[in-house]
Amino acid sequence: MLDATTYPTRREENWRYSDVDALKSLDLAAINSWREITVPAGETHREIFTFDQADGTDLRRLRVTLGKGAECELFAVSAGSQYARLEVEVTLASKAHFEFGGVTLGGDSTIREFVTRTIHAEPDATSNQTVRAVHWGKGTGNFLGRIDVVRDAQRTDAAQDFKGLLLERGASANAVPQLEIFADDVKCAHGATVGQLDEQARFYMAARGLSPDMARKLLVRAFLADAFAALDDEAEQERLLEQALTVLGDAV
Amino acid sequence: MLKIENLHAEIDGKEILRGLNLEVNAGEIHAIMGPNGAGKSTLAYVLGGRPGYEVTQGSVTFNGEDLLAMEPHERAAAGTFLGFQYPVEIPGVSNVQFLREALNSQRKSRGEEPLSGGDFLKLAREKAALLKLDMDMLKRNVNVGFSGGEKKRAEMVQMGILDPKFAVLDETDSGLDIDALKTVGEGINAIMRKPDKAVLLITHYQRLLDYVKPDVVHVLAKGRIVKTGGPELALQLESEGYETVAA
Repeated sequence: MLDATTYPTRREENWRYSDVDALKSLDLAAINSWREITVPAGETHREIFTFDQADGTDLRRLRVTLGKGAECELFAVSAGSQYARLEVEVTLASKAHFEFGGVTLGGDSTIREFVTRTIHAEPDATSNQTVRAVHWGKGTGNFLGRIDVVRDAQRTDAAQDFKGLLLERGASANAVPQLEIFADDVKCAHGATVGQLDEQARFYMAARGLSPDMARKLLVRAFLADAFAALDDEAEQERLLEQALTVLGDAV
Repeated sequence: MLKIENLHAEIDGKEILRGLNLEVNAGEIHAIMGPNGAGKSTLAYVLGGRPGYEVTQGSVTFNGEDLLAMEPHERAAAGTFLGFQYPVEIPGVSNVQFLREALNSQRKSRGEEPLSGGDFLKLAREKAALLKLDMDMLKRNVNVGFSGGEKKRAEMVQMGILDPKFAVLDETDSGLDIDALKTVGEGINAIMRKPDKAVLLITHYQRLLDYVKPDVVHVLAKGRIVKTGGPELALQLESEGYETVAA
């Protein structure tokens, strides 16, 4: 646990890709404050986070406790601020479900990250996390996802999927899946890949008359869409994708 | 319409096209045949402007304009179409979305009004029917999960929707069964056999030419047109082989 009297440093696992200098614009109390959300048994909490401020540091920390059979769905578009971090710690009771879908986009020297800790504290809970990161310039996108499955949490089904898309050399994407599993009847799937835009697809699209900008926009949109696939509101999916794509105009 | 003069092109420093000359007039369908490695696909990609295909000498003009100076998407907007030998899969982008954006991009660069969603779907439905492609296929992602034959038919649906003046069709017949070959051949005729349009058909085999009758047949070998003739040349190639005819 972070010592509340000092600023985080990159030596700490949870902050190793963070912009720890940018954090110093915040006071320690702000850094150490967590918003608490409790979802009673059987209920659902859905929340959408958008990080769209022009500059500065945007840090949001969230501690979620899910009762039996409760559900929490969080979706996030992180495409603003010099340094943006959404950190979620969620504890699941039996048969609870945690859904997380997030996208980070950014160029220049921005750092945008999601840090999750998913604690399967009881049996039969499920979690699914999908993160897509699109970066250019010297921009960085990070996803640090820790999953803890306690000894009694049998039949846990936890999945984590990260894909990074780098539009230029110099941009980076970091994925750190971390699984701590103490139960023996558990499904934990995790995957992480980082790649570039498909040149063949770009040429194919150009050959049909799409400008490079438009082709890239369609490809990036398709790439991001997975993150919001679990959102059962198509209009809202569209809105989030459009919002994410507005910053793409800055990319080369 | 299309005039290629002394075209030299290379990939990774290796010269593939070595002084190719070709002129295609409006209203004509030309077939280019030739053995593997002759440079047929390279010619198609050079005309389409694919990155990595470097023109070192010569010129290509399309309706008097320097085609080689245009970006790939500008070539499309100018009225050219490249039918791919291996159509590319684009996960997450539906055919309808892709083609509507493509068509409207082309229209915009020509100073035309964009087509509405309803008008576009009507057009797409009409062209899909022409190529006997289920409209549901067009709602799916571009070429994803399509069979070889479906991909080629989808290419021709794209051509029908985009309505180019000049099409380069790179082995559009490969991967087609006999029925699909007939459908595709008839589709090419319906879309492109017009006095103000022209086609360059690149093929290995005579069989597509049974449906799409060429006005002129060329033999491409070692990066050059080595022989030009009428439709009978394709038949001669089929019976005697490239080595004898192109020697």
